[in-house]
Amino acid sequence: MLGTYFTFPELLLWVPLLTGMLIFFIKDAKAVKTFAFFSTLITLAISVTSLFYTDVVHHPEYFAYNNVSYVWMPYLGSSFSVGLDGMGFILTFLTAFTFPVIMAATHKRDYPNANVYYGLLLLTQAGITGVFVATDALVFYFFWELALIPMYFLCSRWGEEFRIRVTFKFFVYTFVSSLLMLIGIIYIYLHTPPVSNLSDHSFFIKAFYNASLTTGEQDGLFWLFFIAFAVKMPIFPFHSWQPDLYEQSPDSSVMVLSGLMVKMGIFGMLRWLLPVFPDAVGHYQTFIIILCITGILYASSIAYVQSDLKRIVAWSSIAHIGLMGAAIFARNSTSLSGVMLEMFNHGVNIIALWIVVDIVEKKTGIRKIADLGGLAVKSPALSIFFLVIVLANIGLPLTNGFVSEFLMFTGVFEYNKYLAAFSCISMIISAAYMLNVMQKVFFGVPNAATEKVTAISTRQKLVLSIVVITILILGIYPEPLLHLTQGSVYEILQKIK
Amino acid sequence: MNAIIISALWGVVMMFGGVFFKKSSTPKNWAIAGIILLLAANIWEFFGYQIFKVDTRGMLGFDKFGLEFNAICFGSTLLYFLLNDREIEKVGEHVSEYFALIFFILCGVSICSSFNTLLMLFLGIEIMSIPSYILTGSDKRNLKSNEASLKYFLMGAFSTGLMLMGIALIFGGNTLGSFYINMIALGTGKMPVMIAAGLVLMVVSLSFKVSAAPFHFWAADVYDGAPTVFTSFMATIVKLAGFVAFIRLFRVSFGIIQEQWQMLIAVITAATLLIGNLTAVFQQSVKRMLAYSSIAHAGFMMFALFALNDTAREGLLLYALSYSIATMGMFAVLVKMNDYTIEGFNGLYKYQPVLACTATVFLLSLTGIPLTAGFASKFYMLLAALRDGHQVWLVILAVICAAISAIYYFRVIQAMFFKEPSGGGIHELDVTSGFKFLLIVSAAILIIAGILPSLVVDWLYF
Repeated sequence: MLGTYFTFPELLLWVPLLTGMLIFFIKDAKAVKTFAFFSTLITLAISVTSLFYTDVVHHPEYFAYNNVSYVWMPYLGSSFSVGLDGMGFILTFLTAFTFPVIMAATHKRDYPNANVYYGLLLLTQAGITGVFVATDALVFYFFWELALIPMYFLCSRWGEEFRIRVTFKFFVYTFVSSLLMLIGIIYIYLHTPPVSNLSDHSFFIKAFYNASLTTGEQDGLFWLFFIAFAVKMPIFPFHSWQPDLYEQSPDSSVMVLSGLMVKMGIFGMLRWLLPVFPDAVGHYQTFIIILCITGILYASSIAYVQSDLKRIVAWSSIAHIGLMGAAIFARNSTSLSGVMLEMFNHGVNIIALWIVVDIVEKKTGIRKIADLGGLAVKSPALSIFFLVIVLANIGLPLTNGFVSEFLMFTGVFEYNKYLAAFSCISMIISAAYMLNVMQKVFFGVPNAATEKVTAISTRQKLVLSIVVITILILGIYPEPLLHLTQGSVYEILQKIK
Repeated sequence: MNAIIISALWGVVMMFGGVFFKKSSTPKNWAIAGIILLLAANIWEFFGYQIFKVDTRGMLGFDKFGLEFNAICFGSTLLYFLLNDREIEKVGEHVSEYFALIFFILCGVSICSSFNTLLMLFLGIEIMSIPSYILTGSDKRNLKSNEASLKYFLMGAFSTGLMLMGIALIFGGNTLGSFYINMIALGTGKMPVMIAAGLVLMVVSLSFKVSAAPFHFWAADVYDGAPTVFTSFMATIVKLAGFVAFIRLFRVSFGIIQEQWQMLIAVITAATLLIGNLTAVFQQSVKRMLAYSSIAHAGFMMFALFALNDTAREGLLLYALSYSIATMGMFAVLVKMNDYTIEGFNGLYKYQPVLACTATVFLLSLTGIPLTAGFASKFYMLLAALRDGHQVWLVILAVICAAISAIYYFRVIQAMFFKEPSGGGIHELDVTSGFKFLLIVSAAILIIAGILPSLVVDWLYF
């Protein structure tokens, strides 16, 4: 059946899409949660199965399971083509893996209109997966925007006090930038060679890679694409929507936003920006790495002086993303495989951080780190889990963060050692603020606010241990994921003359 | 030909029927029957069967593009009748005449999509405009409606005068001395002064009809003053027909010297986009906001005229469908509201979820979010303009304006979903389940056309 009727990327798309639409019609909140959770589990099962069919080099027949193309708009040269390569496997697996974790972590939460909430969440999953599997520029653009709409509704309906304004800011930022990208897409499309005899041009990704663009055109178009991806990541100076939105969003939405949606931007750069504009990337790479490193130092410094837990995590995320941006534009095989690995690791780590932040907030009702303290006495398990997550976030050896950050630093170092030296400062600052959080929140004597805190439940322990085990396994043995990155890295580097 | 004759005849039938119809619901049923007949006859002709064979000496020519445009217009009018029948009855006593006037407008629309001479163009535009003046003033006891009608009439008469002057100059200036639009032999050289003057006058008068800046000043007041049901019709069908006439004339007559007037159109497009979008942001009344948004969309449709290639024609058809259904749907929801301000929409989702959700689809389509027909049509317009390849700045301006449009459309969405109902209470709205069903159908059409735009476009090539 597989490969003949359905392929992996399709299944990964249709399951959340269809269940997401079905769920709107379920009235009972409990049933909704169970249904949504099972839907994400099915997706996870499909994704895990797909990982066994990755070895296209030795088994060419696997290609048929992982790539499919349907006629969509033949006269425009666009078809509904989806496919998975190494990077696609990593990211769809990340999406499929984190969604059940997020659902389980926020299982106890009661949202008003649960059916709408979970329906939109699953539609977001479909949108994000679509971005990761699209091999047609128009399909990519469709999903790029589609992931945004459910997220917009999630954040502005279930968020906190200033949610409407903050979410709309996010929406306008991404909408403007992605429309500019649309111009870029159309412009490149008009310079692509034909793929079929029905149309003069094509939206297919390989046609985009072979588009005949002059250096001048590349330089202009580069910015149209770069801004769209940079806003989504976000790279300094396009980040101003991010801390506010993370602070105001509902818990599970912010996990999806920070863990998965920002990966859309990074993925876009790797899949579309680097191979389509090899010359322009060469022209601007130093400038953009400097931007990224400014962002790292800026965001880390701000994270250090924040007092709100959520804002600390938000700013630390900008710092990490900055490092990934720098590694992308360093553009050598070490840095690129580091980025692909870090996409997975960052996704897991930041979702883990949010889970802990969420637990702390729900237990104490406070997010100011100065008012907390002594949680290690009250809930030792939580503190151990948090320690591992913090260490992974800093990038200590034996955690997943170390492997990928090491690769990225090495890559940036290969490009330019001074820039690498500056970016390494971020590790020191991040250790400072993360350990500061650890110390203020978990150590010390319990105070009035944390006096009544109870230990975490078995379900929470289970969720956190899954995450922590993933962190440790990937810290000790990252080989399986690294292996997946090889083909994608090779394909990107091939385009650099 | 089928459409022109049937719509004119049915208009007369409805007009005289007003005397005989006893029950209040009769005119509505006759109108719906008429529009179905009209649609069927038009589709019949699309597949090559003519019921009436009239020798027009080539003054009218029917092609796939015009006929498909007619079909889209008649289809959306059918939807409009079904959605708004009760509201039309509420406007005044002469229900039958309102329907008759709409049928006359449709007759003008059919002429606008098939004229071959400048005289027929003039006739079509006038047949379309005069009923519009009357419909604007149909709420006789409302001063605003009267003012709007007078304003519309005076401005319209003025632009008609300009058009006549333009036609005269073009007639006098071309060497063949012909009214036929395909016989204005211009060659590729610099156009003669008389033709240039005539062309500018035609641009001015047709820009007036489609409310393109800087000839848009009437639009906001007229759309705001007219009874809301008729605003919805005038802002869609009448405007679209203006565009089709515009394109037909320029493609056939002046396509060969496109470079010489393209900059003029580019400036008009840019001005329309900027003025429409920026002014709409500051509106408090949803009706007035939609009036300005219709100016903004005119800016996007001007791209078809700017590019004038096949993609642009396909794009205009898609735009006709997406824009008219989304706008009519939005107006149909608006008519049911007690309060036309944005605050009036507060918390609509709480007490009318179907209305709120379908209105969201309409607004998303107007914004141009993927998966809706609005995106497909904007995409085609941008594609057409970039394929033409001369003015990339205009395309960038257009997408920035599209982003600005998100600000005012999303303000309504925010009010519907994220705000509490005003006064805390649940408002009773006069909404039947049939009405809701029709709204869902409209939203479904938008989404289907958004996913598969080729369903609309490919008919041109069968």
